[in-house]
Amino acid sequence: MTMSDTHKTLLRGAKPLGGEPRDVLIEGERIAAVGTGLDADGATVIDAAGQILLPGLVDLHTHLREPGREDSETVLTGTRAAAVGGFTAVHAMANTFPVADTAGVVEQVWRLGKESGYCDVQPIGAVTVGLEGKKLAELGAMHDSAAGVRVFSDDGKCVDDAVIMRRALEYVKAFDGVIAQHAQEPRLTEGAQMNEGVVSAELGLGGWPAVAEESIIARDVLLAAHVGSRVHICHLSTAGSVEIVRWAKSKGWNVTAEVTPHHLLLTDELVRSYDPVYKVNPPLRTEADVMALREALADGTIDCVATDHAPHPHEDKDCEWGAAAMGMVGLETALSVVQHTMVDTGLLDWTGVADRMSVRPSAIGRLTGHGRPITAGEPANLTLLDSAYRGVVNPAGFASRSRNTPYEGRELPGRVTYTFLRGRATVVDGKLA
Amino acid sequence: MDAHTSDAARSVLEAPDIARVLTRIAHEIVERAKGADDVVLLGIPTRGVFLARRLAARLEEITGKPGRIPVGSLDITMYRDDLRLRPARALARTEIPDDGIDGRLVVLVDDVLFSGRTIRAALDALGDIGRPRAVQLAVLVDRGHRELPIRADYVGKNLPTSLRETVKVQLTEEDGRDSVLLGLRGTTPADGK
Amino acid sequence: MKRHLISAADLSRDDAVLILDTAEELARLADRPIKKLPTLRGRTVVNLFFEDSTRTRISFEAAAKRLSADVINFSAKGSSVSKGESLKDTALTLEAMGADAVVIRHHASGAPHRLATSGWINGAVVNAGDGTHEHPTQALLDAFTIRRHLSPDGSGAGQDLAGRRITIVGDVLHSRVARSNVHLLSTLGAEVTLVAPPTLVPFGVESWPCEVSYDLDAVVGKTDAVMMLRVQRERMNAAFFPTEREYARRYGLDGDRMARMPEHAIVMHPGPMNRGMEITAEVADSDRCTAVEQVANGVSTRMAVLYLLLGGNESAVAAARTEESK
Repeated sequence: MTMSDTHKTLLRGAKPLGGEPRDVLIEGERIAAVGTGLDADGATVIDAAGQILLPGLVDLHTHLREPGREDSETVLTGTRAAAVGGFTAVHAMANTFPVADTAGVVEQVWRLGKESGYCDVQPIGAVTVGLEGKKLAELGAMHDSAAGVRVFSDDGKCVDDAVIMRRALEYVKAFDGVIAQHAQEPRLTEGAQMNEGVVSAELGLGGWPAVAEESIIARDVLLAAHVGSRVHICHLSTAGSVEIVRWAKSKGWNVTAEVTPHHLLLTDELVRSYDPVYKVNPPLRTEADVMALREALADGTIDCVATDHAPHPHEDKDCEWGAAAMGMVGLETALSVVQHTMVDTGLLDWTGVADRMSVRPSAIGRLTGHGRPITAGEPANLTLLDSAYRGVVNPAGFASRSRNTPYEGRELPGRVTYTFLRGRATVVDGKLA
Repeated sequence: MDAHTSDAARSVLEAPDIARVLTRIAHEIVERAKGADDVVLLGIPTRGVFLARRLAARLEEITGKPGRIPVGSLDITMYRDDLRLRPARALARTEIPDDGIDGRLVVLVDDVLFSGRTIRAALDALGDIGRPRAVQLAVLVDRGHRELPIRADYVGKNLPTSLRETVKVQLTEEDGRDSVLLGLRGTTPADGK
Repeated sequence: MKRHLISAADLSRDDAVLILDTAEELARLADRPIKKLPTLRGRTVVNLFFEDSTRTRISFEAAAKRLSADVINFSAKGSSVSKGESLKDTALTLEAMGADAVVIRHHASGAPHRLATSGWINGAVVNAGDGTHEHPTQALLDAFTIRRHLSPDGSGAGQDLAGRRITIVGDVLHSRVARSNVHLLSTLGAEVTLVAPPTLVPFGVESWPCEVSYDLDAVVGKTDAVMMLRVQRERMNAAFFPTEREYARRYGLDGDRMARMPEHAIVMHPGPMNRGMEITAEVADSDRCTAVEQVANGVSTRMAVLYLLLGGNESAVAAARTEESK
């Protein structure tokens, strides 16, 4: 996977952030020049006319499943899926087997990421030992490790104990860490199978009330304010959560939030099919929630899109709803869903997309080298998107090891044609390099 | 069965004819049964039931025993041999007279005798209800084309037909008039018999 | 073409009346010397029960046998299912055995729907109760019982339940019987009122075609039938209500409340009853209580369902909504 440092690529006529067409010359690991009529001398020329050039996408919330569930995904297959989706960096969630709650495990994941070569892998460390919510994990050791962990999360489980949450928020201030909270009040969601509302009442499936998310978010923004730390809200899913985050930000508190692509598009009406491909946590909500989330992403209340890419083997979805695993894959469809829900609706321009899918997630994760402007001298982490493309999602062609996408058979716009990781193409003409 | 009959249909029996043949059949039953003391009339829904009631009235007249001829209905739907060829059908009423059919002379009554399959089903149904002394069959029209070794004991009218033709019996109780119509398949709805 | 009975909501008024009329005819079989019809000879009906329910299973078994179907009882207890075999593998096994219909009882809401739409099996699927979702044949037998009791001629053939006032009392939240009854009885034109403590009324109930009341006494005087739901004592531990005594006092049916019902009104219970909880022994044993009759009616109603789903080359009742959504 090595490549000559002097290799040159010229993107001819690409539209950086959807603006005027420019030639972009990549030389080695960096952008050498951005201009018009650039000399192609010795460079591989890519006709990028009409295509959108974005900074390489950054995902704050990816389940790579390795170690432990290599039957659903590995660091290699997950990063390949990420590259296909236009990502140049992903944050690997800690709920692996064993849990990423020690320096050893996060370093293992970090090293596997280095070896994969398809995108940067930034491990997330668990907040508590074994995700059990009882005892703080060695947050400092994980930060000090080669993995340099700054984002900590018990995702999949909520840090529901207020004292543990307070201590974690305080503790990570020492190394500019952030706690990414999976906001789910456990008692209010016992036996929860889907959003609590009209549809759950009819289907007889256990309800997951919005208040179970909102009450935790309310508590945590207050805690973060109280101890002067920063908190990040994972996969925010309700209109009420948006209101709370908006209020917290208006106070100047250090609160950030993410929304998943599926919560920007899908609603709990889909659960009427009882098809577990729509089973996800937090659950698909209502149309009103979807609209509030789009609006909040547009106005910046929600900082970023994060995929919550959650691969599961076929058998964990090919069963009755109650027995099925929660989660959806999302890396390979994220940008298309964002184009469909945010760009094609006029809510966000491409600069906005770059901000919500690259700049801000990089900033929250304190990544360097990602989410940078498309100017000379910057690291060449880039994504080229054919936004005019229309295609039907076919999971058989996924690079991910898993196929649990809710979009199968659905037409979505946009296709990543090239992804560059520090100047090297990981995706060429829509296919893995 | 209530579908409109096209102009192409030709009436082969009118109300007076039907009245006359029912009276004749009633007389034949009394004669063959040597009185009608143990006769039970069971009509096959829908129109066979009305014919059975009319026959019962005539038998009571002839024998001078008003209200003494037991009459009922026998739905054969669940015994049909062509159930799996069509959607499941609504059931009609089976009404067996209070004294039952054991040891009695059961006269099955239907409007049209065609393939004989309905009567085969009726005999099966009867077997699950009791053990008559004998079973006889009365029909208003026998149109031929038997597919089973079955014949009628009492026939109102023998009507030679081709398979392209349809025979439709109309009775006042169900259709507002009495008549037997002969039509062509595709021009009048098949009666399925 | 598939034909299933997954939800009472899938039935149109005409479908429902057809099933009730068919059940009415089949009920007469009970008076005959041979209580059996040859209609489903050579067809195989599998009772696939992932949850214990002897009553429902034997009711379906009797129904299928009276129609001459071969019946295979497949109970999850003590079988490979309890050893982790999936619903899918069980379904594939049944398909290989040539099941024409699968009557399924499952603890997971939606399992019958999944079975019917997954492509795992070709046979008809009849929902015999799934989780807290639906129990459509129970609703049909309840409607059958109500129609018989409230019609002047004692059968109500051809009629629906237009204008009848039915009150369903108890743990609506966890009740598949209530969900199916709300759908079916309203489809048949009845006015349904749910009565329960607010904790046992589902969040989102406002979309249901019924009224909701928290006060049994306010409703009991103007109802044609009161359906008491079983209330499990364990619910108390999850704080749905404070004590058994308080529940019984506010939402139980006792002799006094029964006396305030209109004279013609009946008391129904899907069984098994918790005497002293939702119903007093006095009411349970009174001749206004139809619980035992409901059991008998269950066989005729399930015969009607099996006949109409399996008796022809296609279902006589509308295809389940599962087809529309696929």
